[in-house]
Amino acid sequence: MEQAAPIISFKGVNKVYSNGTVGLKDISFDIPRGQFLVVVGLSGAGKSTLLRTINRMHEITSGEITVENESISDYKGKALRLLRRKIGMIFQGFNLINRSSVEKNVLSGRVSYYPTWKTILGLFSKADKEKAVHSLERVNLAEKLYTRADELSGGQQQRVAIARTLMQDPKIILADEPVASLDPLTTKTVMDTLKRLNQEDGITVIVNLHSVALAREYADRIVGLRAGQLVYDQPIANVTVEDLDQIYQAEGEKA
Amino acid sequence: MSTPTIPRRSWAQRYHVKGIGWTVLLLFLLVGSAQMTGVNVGMFFSNLGQFTNLLVRMSNPAWDYTTVIIQPLLETIQMAVLGTTIGAAFAIPFAVLSASNLIHNRWLRGLTRLFLDLVRTLPDLLLAAIFVAIFGIGSTAGVITLAIFSFGMVSKLFYEVIETIDMGPLEALESVGATKITIIWYAVLPQILNQFISYFLYTLEINVRASTVLGYLGAGGIGVFLQRSLNEFNYNQTAVIILATLVVVLVIDGVSNHLRRVLL
Ligand SMILES: Nc1ncnc2c1ncn2[C@@H]1O[C@H](COP(=O)(O)OP(=O)(O)OP(=O)(O)O)[C@@H](O)[C@H]1O
Ligand SMILES: [Mg+2]
Repeated sequence: MEQAAPIISFKGVNKVYSNGTVGLKDISFDIPRGQFLVVVGLSGAGKSTLLRTINRMHEITSGEITVENESISDYKGKALRLLRRKIGMIFQGFNLINRSSVEKNVLSGRVSYYPTWKTILGLFSKADKEKAVHSLERVNLAEKLYTRADELSGGQQQRVAIARTLMQDPKIILADEPVASLDPLTTKTVMDTLKRLNQEDGITVIVNLHSVALAREYADRIVGLRAGQLVYDQPIANVTVEDLDQIYQAEGEKA
Repeated sequence: MSTPTIPRRSWAQRYHVKGIGWTVLLLFLLVGSAQMTGVNVGMFFSNLGQFTNLLVRMSNPAWDYTTVIIQPLLETIQMAVLGTTIGAAFAIPFAVLSASNLIHNRWLRGLTRLFLDLVRTLPDLLLAAIFVAIFGIGSTAGVITLAIFSFGMVSKLFYEVIETIDMGPLEALESVGATKITIIWYAVLPQILNQFISYFLYTLEINVRASTVLGYLGAGGIGVFLQRSLNEFNYNQTAVIILATLVVVLVIDGVSNHLRRVLL
């Protein structure tokens, strides 16, 4: 695989929560554009924290993170919103607005392209309404356009969430355990969708996963976290089952 | 099969020490405060005769008076609707500013809540008396009183609703790059709208009842007529007013109860 320029870069990043918990400890690594990166690690290892520092949903304590060669730490207001616009985020709990229609949920992914007053009046352009339908088509849910979000199954809700993210025209998608609450079959649909967006649109995808099998199936590269530290980093070709078992061993069992 | 072992209750649990203790304390406080304020329960019973006397004098309702009071009754309802609407509209931004899950600035939240607490301590009768003095006898004073009263009550109910919402959609909208106002509009409003309407109707019910009393102070509506008939010892008219008010309150309560059941 050719080595592309990094789209995201961590340089000596530390994160200590206000209660003293260490979230991330001296993390340094680059993520090339177009990579499908999977982050693995035990519960509490810092996977969610790592993901959320990239779109500044969490602040870091020290170090530097660059996205497209720009340091993101000082972004405020509009600049921060523009950063978030190019980074889509998928959540374990889907985070849809349950009482609203699928269409409104998908369109809500586009709001950062409009002034606030237009979003409130729902004044989306015809092109963007078509884009919403198109985004739903890409996750095979176009027929659910007018359904209420809470009337969908879990897998369908997660695909609506992906369609919402597509409305952002993201360059990066962060997915925090996107399939943790789904059955094996739906899991495959969702993971396939993410892989397709990665390959067809060249979107850089970073996924937190608990399942080693899934990680091996979909990743271009796997990084492992333990207690906030980067303890593993290999391209998929070099990854062995033993390596992954090692990451998932509890502290005491370490050989 | 072995018999299940039931955990033994402690002595205090078995004899309901806590419950009995509280009851005794409560009775004690009740009797004590009655004595201090000079409430004489005996007087209530010895004067029952006057009450029956009044009932007898009202037992001949002047039905033709009904046509006269339709207008003021409608005015009472209008006052309640207007007052509740104005109060609830102003309550929304204040409820947002008071909600701990939306406003992380402790000072701003504290100040807003303090202001709301102060508003709630103002008795509605006092407000009515003041506004009648300012705006004169009429429904303006009534509407303003009800608006302030509803504002205080609804803003608290509203922010408690806001604090129970699912924060997931807010996180999603934030990650999309939405502004704070857009986030509230898209992710908060749909979650709270039904409960807001339900509380609005509930407040409206209270206000319809309250506005009859406010009218008694000159703040417009049916209360003005109630006071007049009582002053003129026109108990047959009083009877009609009371019955008509009862019907209106029952209808409003019924409709609003039904709507609230449908909403929630
Ligand atoms: N808001 C917070 N305040 C304080 N500590 C936190 C906070 N969020 C997370 N932590 C702590 O930071 C550490 C890393 O948490 P994080 O959520 O990133 O782990 P994770 O790898 O995503 O775990 P999981 O697999 O359970 O989702 C944990 O010890 C956690 O308790
Ligand atoms: Mg996590």
